[in-house]
Amino acid sequence: MSKTMKTAAIAGAMTAALAAHSTPAVAMEKEKCYGVSLAGENDCKAGAGTTCAGSSTVDYQGNAWTLVDAGTCAEIDLPGDRMGSLEPLDRDLPS
Amino acid sequence: MLDTSSRFPTLPPAPGVGYKPQHFKEILDASRPVEWLEIHAENYMGDGGRPLAQLRHLADRFPISVHGVGLSIGGEERLDPDHLSRLTHLCNWLQPASFSEHLAWSTHDSHFLNDLLPLPYTSSTLQRVCDHIDEVQEALGRQMLLENPSSYLAFDESTYAETEFLSEIAHRTGCGLLLDVNNVFVSATNLGLDPRAYIDAFPIEKVGEIHLGGHDEDEDDHGAPLLIDSHGREVADPVWALLDHVLERSGPRPLLIEWDADIPEWPALAAEAARAAGALERVPA
Amino acid sequence: MSVDQRQFHDALWDNARDAPAGLRDGQGRPAGARFSVYRNNVAVGLTEALEVSFPAIVKLIGPENFKKVAGVFLRQHPPKSPLIMVYGTEFPVFLESFQPLNHIGYLPDVARLEQALRESYHAADATPIDPGNLANLSEEELTATRMTFAPSARLICSHWPVHAIWAYNLEDGAPKPANVAQDVFITRPDFDPQCHPLSKESGVFFASLLLGNSIGEAFEDAAETSSEFDLAAVLTLLLDTQAITAIHSEV
Repeated sequence: MSKTMKTAAIAGAMTAALAAHSTPAVAMEKEKCYGVSLAGENDCKAGAGTTCAGSSTVDYQGNAWTLVDAGTCAEIDLPGDRMGSLEPLDRDLPS
Repeated sequence: MLDTSSRFPTLPPAPGVGYKPQHFKEILDASRPVEWLEIHAENYMGDGGRPLAQLRHLADRFPISVHGVGLSIGGEERLDPDHLSRLTHLCNWLQPASFSEHLAWSTHDSHFLNDLLPLPYTSSTLQRVCDHIDEVQEALGRQMLLENPSSYLAFDESTYAETEFLSEIAHRTGCGLLLDVNNVFVSATNLGLDPRAYIDAFPIEKVGEIHLGGHDEDEDDHGAPLLIDSHGREVADPVWALLDHVLERSGPRPLLIEWDADIPEWPALAAEAARAAGALERVPA
Repeated sequence: MSVDQRQFHDALWDNARDAPAGLRDGQGRPAGARFSVYRNNVAVGLTEALEVSFPAIVKLIGPENFKKVAGVFLRQHPPKSPLIMVYGTEFPVFLESFQPLNHIGYLPDVARLEQALRESYHAADATPIDPGNLANLSEEELTATRMTFAPSARLICSHWPVHAIWAYNLEDGAPKPANVAQDVFITRPDFDPQCHPLSKESGVFFASLLLGNSIGEAFEDAAETSSEFDLAAVLTLLLDTQAITAIHSEV
């Protein structure tokens, strides 16, 4: 692509983006403040009424360590190795 | 941004609650009995976002008490200068009605242990705690309150009773005290002491704030009762009775309900605050 | 007998050790299980913090497994800061090397996405640019423009359908993940971080901009990755999500 073509393509895309861009309605700031925390928090409570929950020694010995309950990973079927069979996603972006 | 510099200079001798984000809407809509709020300092040391925005709104309406849980005032090592600086920044910005911390340690060798750990009551730990409180009060430019801990065990080496230890700290540093009545009941039960005698020995004139919270019941190796300061339920009846004994000595004081685990819907917390209001009303001013 | 904080600290992390001598119940007997109250408080408190911060990992491996994994992690990576809100930044890298879960190859990337969401949630507030400032630039200036992103903006690059896996676990009615790679751009227009799954070439564009490259340079990087690259769509995304806080134009 020539420099001129590139510059023109970028300018055209920006013109389209500025036209498509919609400023979301500004809600009352207080309303936006409702919501719960996304992260762990500090507090000054003691653990939940037991001396044993955190004091059992975790028995981790590499391959001997076993999973005790099934999570949703069993439902997600993603064959192939980490880098292998995956194809780039071809889809439109949300606007 | 925020100007609370003289709006709420002190906590009122009235009920308050420990603030939880899930109660934001109800708290702003609520009228009595809740007249002030307490926050855990560390949860408002992020750079921005919703926690600080919520706090801005709350500070407009309520006196705020900043309650630290991570300064490790009882630690053998020097206070973490980064953490003290974050705390100073928060207090300078918020200008809270009160700042308090715990007679406990939590940081060792740069590891934060996420709990309020106990210390022996000796002349050397006394000096160290006093030095740290001096440093905090100087950095913040204000008096702080120090809270009595929940104890699950005792140190062989202790030479002071806890009430003597706290009295001496308040005397040497000029700090005030935060009397957690549930902690008194938990510690007395766990160590076989008389909670009313503890209250009678406590330097009551130094008390700037009172805490109440729920505890759980467990047992030690010998089947003896072991109470855990879990903050996960209503305040127990014997603790309310002990509060009456405190208030007879102290008169009305700012009175906080703490509920940090299995956090209930707002009405349950408001009901505890209403019970606290009732206890305060029975005391002559 | 005296107990210093090193002894207390070391016994707290190592369940195989006895409680330090010199700690008593109220009757002068050794503290025994009473010391475990503190072990419990620390371990359970940190486990709960990880559960709140990595909810998709909890769902993927199951809550009981998560508690066990957390128990290993928190002993290898005790908090270095009193701010529990930031605890667990090493968790994605830990998962990469945690052999019992290596067969679930996408776990570290899902944890990275959750970590990025948490960082975005607590990031500093910032004022976005007026889009009109971009309209006033010449074509040459626009091509040479570099952008400063909001402190809450994050980019996650993955060989896995990382957003689809995350959404399947946390959002009602989200479909099963298809086997296609996704990058994710995270923004926080107000207080709630939002995920925007990206095509590979759009991910390359964002990564290039975040490195400090100009729009022209980023455009070339993305176009080299795929001829399908839709520049107007990603620029619209940047404006709609208020992700740009400053522009620097030098021709």
